[in-house]
Amino acid sequence: MPVLEKDDTQIWRRRTRGQALTHWAGWLIGTAIFVYCWQQISGATTWFFVWDAPRIAGDIWTRATPPRWEYIAQLGRPIWDTLNIATLGTLMALVMAVPVAFLAARNTTPSRLFIRPIALLIIVSTRSINSLIWALLLIAIIGPGVFAGVIAIAIRSIGFCAKLLYEAIEEIDHTQVEAITATGASRWQVMAYGIVPQILPAFAGISVFRWDINIRESTVLGLVGAGGIGLQLQSSLNVLAWPQVSLILLVILAFVVVSEWVSAKVRGAII
Amino acid sequence: MSNELHDLLGKGWKKQPFIKRTWLRWTIYAGFVAYLIAAFSTIEVNWSRVYEGLDRGAAFVMAFTRPDFVSRAGDIWTGMAESIVMTVAASVVGIAISIPIGLGAARNIAPLPVYLICRGIVAISRALQEIIVAILLVAIFGFGPLAGFLTLSFATIGFLSKLLAEDIESMDRVQAEAIRASGARWMQWINYGVQPQVMPRLIGLSMYRLDINFRESAILGLVGAGGIGATLNTAFDRYEYDTAAAILILIIVIVMALEYLSGIIRARVQ
Repeated sequence: MPVLEKDDTQIWRRRTRGQALTHWAGWLIGTAIFVYCWQQISGATTWFFVWDAPRIAGDIWTRATPPRWEYIAQLGRPIWDTLNIATLGTLMALVMAVPVAFLAARNTTPSRLFIRPIALLIIVSTRSINSLIWALLLIAIIGPGVFAGVIAIAIRSIGFCAKLLYEAIEEIDHTQVEAITATGASRWQVMAYGIVPQILPAFAGISVFRWDINIRESTVLGLVGAGGIGLQLQSSLNVLAWPQVSLILLVILAFVVVSEWVSAKVRGAII
Repeated sequence: MSNELHDLLGKGWKKQPFIKRTWLRWTIYAGFVAYLIAAFSTIEVNWSRVYEGLDRGAAFVMAFTRPDFVSRAGDIWTGMAESIVMTVAASVVGIAISIPIGLGAARNIAPLPVYLICRGIVAISRALQEIIVAILLVAIFGFGPLAGFLTLSFATIGFLSKLLAEDIESMDRVQAEAIRASGARWMQWINYGVQPQVMPRLIGLSMYRLDINFRESAILGLVGAGGIGATLNTAFDRYEYDTAAAILILIIVIVMALEYLSGIIRARVQ
């Protein structure tokens, strides 16, 4: 127990002297890094704009209120597009994520040495690139529109779904699989009756969870031209139509809240 | 033959359906098919445009085999450095702010008014998307990494406070009570009764958030909030796929390194 000797009495301490020193050194280095980063940011900032910010914020607020309510009539179609981007994107992602997950799970992969690393690479690379970047790329390739948005969401979601799914596959109860194998079932039958029923609840949960995230992401895909309500947001911003911007933001908020509620309900029903 | 067997044994075994109530199952299936038809009929796909684009797609995929780190090395380097600086600073500030808010949003240690205010802050921060916040902050604070830094800090608060509050709510009361019974003040109570219980998870979540912040910082540049996104956008606009591929590879490598690092740190603290 670390103690401090003082006037012949022992006082309890949380750390020994060495521990305390390393602790402080860690804090010192951390603070130094933070200060350096802050200096970099501060150096790249025009501080005049920052001091002026409250006035600008107030100005934008007065321009943006009240929202232009009659504009909502034009938002029906973009919302429908956004919903489609999220839903179809999630479906496509799931179709592609399932095989990737089976190839990546240690207990189902055909080859640990060759195929598993490839599957893991697919998972990492699709997951670490944001859907907006995928959209940017796909617009350059297949042109702007809802379709590019669907594909962007689909690619981005593969990694996420496959990662969670392969972790679920690795955690399955092996005795059930063995029981099915003992009946003389083929490889595919073992898959269908031994593994799939065990991961189905996880699969359903993951799909709904990702769908909820995708709704959020698809609302902003339009900023780069990939369809949905983001297109309206971008065009309103471009012409500085702040009352429209505030209405669109309110609609997006409502949409996201509703999707979160739906996903919570469905997940509650599954679990 | 099998019919005779059925008569003898009764009904054969059938796989259990995933949704047990028949009417609900069929309603969901029918609704789903109807939705799919409606959705597909409204999506316009310009197949000839897609076909034309396939060449460019192939060119992009090929670019990954020979990424060009050199010709725009200066831009890539400044962009990356700015992204990392933004990520680190925003994570530090975001974590520092989300600890008190997380304490306030835990029902078992905060009084009701504080709880409601903190939960409100968490809800607002979670509902607003990073990129939308970034657009507004760029409009208010001007272009540059400051807007990105503020956006990421704001997003960190919602994420971390919520998970921290949930962790505190599910902590073991007994330990905290023991500290309180020794006559500890409020700060000591938090420091010795609550903090040791949630610390491992807090560190794990902070590392995870650092990882997310870096990924998000890559897109903030699209709306002018600093970081590598601006360089990437320019590369796409100019069809410089080899440079874009180099940037994407760098992002993937850094994310992988961060994930590896957070794996090690989480294994050590737990």
